[in-house]
Order: sequence, then C-alpha cells, then structure tokens
Amino acid sequence: MPDGAMQAARPVRFRARGFVARRHPAASVVVFLALIAAWEAAVRLGLISELFLPAPSSVLAALRELIEDGTLRDNLAASLFRLLTGWAAGTIVGIAAGFAIGLSSLARAAGIPVISAIYPIPKIALLPLFILWLGIGETSRVTVVALGVFFPTCIATFGAIDNIPRGIIRMAQSFDVPPLAILRKVVLPAALPGILSAFRITAAVALLLLVAAEMIGAQSGIGAYVLAQGQLMQTDHLLAGVLVISVLGLLIGTGLSWLEKRLLTWR
Amino acid sequence: MELVGRGIGQVFGDVTALAEIDVHVADGEVLGVIGPSGCGKSTLLAILGGLLKPSRGTVEVSGRKPPDCLAEIAYVFQDFNLLPWRTAEGNVRLPLEHHSMPEAERRERVAEALALIGLTEFAAAFPRQLSGGMRQRVGIARALAVRPAVLLLDEPLSALDAQTRELLMEDFQRIWLRDRTTAIYVTHNLTEALQLADRIAVFTRRPGRVREIVAVDVNRADRATPAGRARLAELHDHLWGAIRQEALVADRELEHA
Repeated sequence: MPDGAMQAARPVRFRARGFVARRHPAASVVVFLALIAAWEAAVRLGLISELFLPAPSSVLAALRELIEDGTLRDNLAASLFRLLTGWAAGTIVGIAAGFAIGLSSLARAAGIPVISAIYPIPKIALLPLFILWLGIGETSRVTVVALGVFFPTCIATFGAIDNIPRGIIRMAQSFDVPPLAILRKVVLPAALPGILSAFRITAAVALLLLVAAEMIGAQSGIGAYVLAQGQLMQTDHLLAGVLVISVLGLLIGTGLSWLEKRLLTWR
Repeated sequence: MELVGRGIGQVFGDVTALAEIDVHVADGEVLGVIGPSGCGKSTLLAILGGLLKPSRGTVEVSGRKPPDCLAEIAYVFQDFNLLPWRTAEGNVRLPLEHHSMPEAERRERVAEALALIGLTEFAAAFPRQLSGGMRQRVGIARALAVRPAVLLLDEPLSALDAQTRELLMEDFQRIWLRDRTTAIYVTHNLTEALQLADRIAVFTRRPGRVREIVAVDVNRADRATPAGRARLAELHDHLWGAIRQEALVADRELEHA
C-alpha cells in the first residue's frame, strides 16, 4: 500500500502478550507428587538400591518407628533446647548490639570493624575451640548457634535503624517527644520489619549450625542421630531424621510468617 | 505569640546557606516565605523551630500563649512524616501522649483536630490507605492537636496534586480565619503564598537573603472576590518579576553541596 493512501477501519492489534505472572497452583502439587512416585517406583523396580536410597514408604515406616519408640521425642527435645537457647541468646544480644551501633556513633566506630572482622568466619570452625574453652557439653554447642545468630541479627538491626527516614525522628523531636519515647514509639516500630526479616535468615543459620554441632561429639539430638544412622548404614532412619529436620525448618518459617503478619498489620 | 529571628546565618562546610536573615512575625500574622529552590527557606524554618542550631543569630518567641497550648511551635512537613504503623487517630495522638492529661481530654483533642479538617470518618485508617491530601490533613490535625502558638509550615502542599492543593488551601484559610494562629508558610508556589499569607518575604538564591517583603493588602475573606483576585494577580506579577531572575540563575547553578 502506498504511503498516505486511505485505509479501511480495522481493530488495533493487541501486542502486549506474555511477560505476565500467572498462578498455577496445580502444577506445583503435580510435580511434587510425581517426583515422589517416580522415586518409589524406581526403588520398587530395583533401579535404585534400597540400601543407598530407601523408598519414601520405607522412610515413612522408619519415621513411625522413631515416633513410637520415643527416639524422636528424646532427640528432638535435646535439639530444640539447643536451638531455642542459642537462637534466643544470639538474637537478644544481637538486637542490643545493633541498637547500640544504630544509635551511637561511638558504638558504631568501635563495633563495626570488629563485626566486619569476625562475621566472615564460618562459626562451625570455632566449635573445637569452644569445646576446649567450655567443655564438650551443651554450652559449647549453644554458643556456636548463638554466635551464628548474633552477627546477622546485629547487622540487620543497625541496618534497619540506619534506614529509618530521618523525617519521622525530626517530627517526633519537633513535638518534644522525650528521647526514650522516640526510641519506643518511633525507632523500634520502624526497625521492626528489618529485624523480623533477619529472623528468617538466623533461623536457617541456627538450624544449620545446630545439626553440624550435633555431628561433632554429641550423644543426643537429631544431628547426632542422623550421623549415627549413616555409620550404621541405616539409610531409612537417616532420611527419617533428615525429614524431621526439614519439617522443623518448615514449621519455623511458617511460624515467622505468622509473626510478621501479626506484628506488621499496618503494611 | 510573636516570633523574632535576628541575624540568622547558616554555613554548611564551605557553603553559605543563609547570609544574614532578620524575620519578624507578629502575633496572629501569617508570613509567607518564597524563593528559588535551594535558597535556604527550609533551613530557616528548621532554625526558627529549634530543629537546627544556626551558625549565627538568635530566635525568640514572646507574648501570650493561646489557651490549652501544649507546644509553642508545631510543624507541618512537606512529606507529612506520618508513622505508617499508626492510624490517622494514632498519629494525631502522638504529640499528646507525653503530656499528662485525663485520657478523656486527650481523646477529645484528637477528635476535635480530626473533625476540624474533615478526617473524622478516616480516624481508623492507616496512612497507606489514605490519599496524599488526606495524609497531609493528618499531618495538619497532628499539629493543631497541640494548639500551637506558632505554626511552621514547610512546603506543606508541594507533594500534592493541583486540585488537592486548592482544597487544602481552603482548609488553611478556614483555620486561620477561626484561630488566627501565628504562622510561617514556606513555599515555592506564588499562588499559595498570595492566598494564605499576610506578608510575603522574597528570598534571593543561595546564600539566601530577604530581597523584599511584600504586604498582601487584600482581606483574607475577600481574596476570592473579583476585586481581590485582580489585586492578587498584580501582586503575582510583581513577585514573579522579583523572583524570576533569581530562579533562572539558581536553576543554572551547578550543585556543589
């Protein structure tokens, strides 16, 4: 058609196809179930040796055994105690240190070089040292978990405080709100989302360090159990232990999501 | 109350933001402050409100406080500075919480401030649920709740769209006709200054000085009448003449701050 010639009316072609996020809830379930089924089938058909990778049904049977003979309860209790005390100690001290650095330039000048120097050390590498210092008991394992939790918590806390818009603090000052009340009513709630999102990271770090610490010289705990079952070639019990750890991680994540929803309704 | 600043100068590093400013706001007067961007208008307001220590000069307030006044000076900010985790009501409550008073009085003050600016039905809304205009209304109600002697407004309408701005100017007009609160209104918008101020201080570009002071010689209540509008239009031309050259040069200056 030559330029400038009259054209008949026609609809404008739709050109914005694709690049749009859609939800496919069924796909996730189907793929997950298919993988489990394929795994079960492969073991039953003898394609995979039961010794190296037991079928999902055998893992579930082992798990039932663990629950029934009380092994799970004892080991889980020991693990949860270490996880909770270690995580709580690291979180409390980390938030306190983070507030000190976030609010005081002196604490910042003193603290940040130390934190930057120690943060990159893989904390599990320090466990042998802690065992020398604190003995082979609970304290050294709890300390490793606490130390691993401390750094991300502290860094996230002062980062969250640094990111508070200066304007809302000036606003509170302009209305003569006393400093402690500014801390409680402005700084703390403004930093809370940042601190809560650190909980997600520290929960994962704590679980990882817990299992690793339990594999070094512990008599009880899920980590110690998994290691022992490996040495006995009891792979079904080993995987049952791994399954427990995964479910624990999942439950912690769900709990944290619930907590965020409860505390941050305003978002 | 009246507010007097004498010989105020502000230096940031090697940049002189304010040269040598004298301001005087009489009791019940609204002083408009206009000037090109970066002329130090907001810096001056922060100094006058005690949020910034000036390099030189003094600021004094004097006179009788209005009844039930909790704070001599209250601010309204350009970007509202609301606490997003508090409802409109909770935000207005904040400046009252550290003053001891019966809870009933606190509630009454909050309700009255919200009602004055038409926010009663939005009392339970969080800032994210409110439009920009409504958010600034919360900021205004928060300042009014302390019944201040001097109101400092730092470009309060600059973050809003043109229509919302008109509506909020009507609100300000109503509040000033009612309470006669002493106020300083910083803006870069000539129309806002002419609608709302009794006198307008025109600032030069950085380092900021007062270039001239223009009296808006039209009664507040008459500013919407044809005669009032005509006079405001003349003043607008005069102000623009004074400020155009300053703005032009300021706009071409390289940012060295």
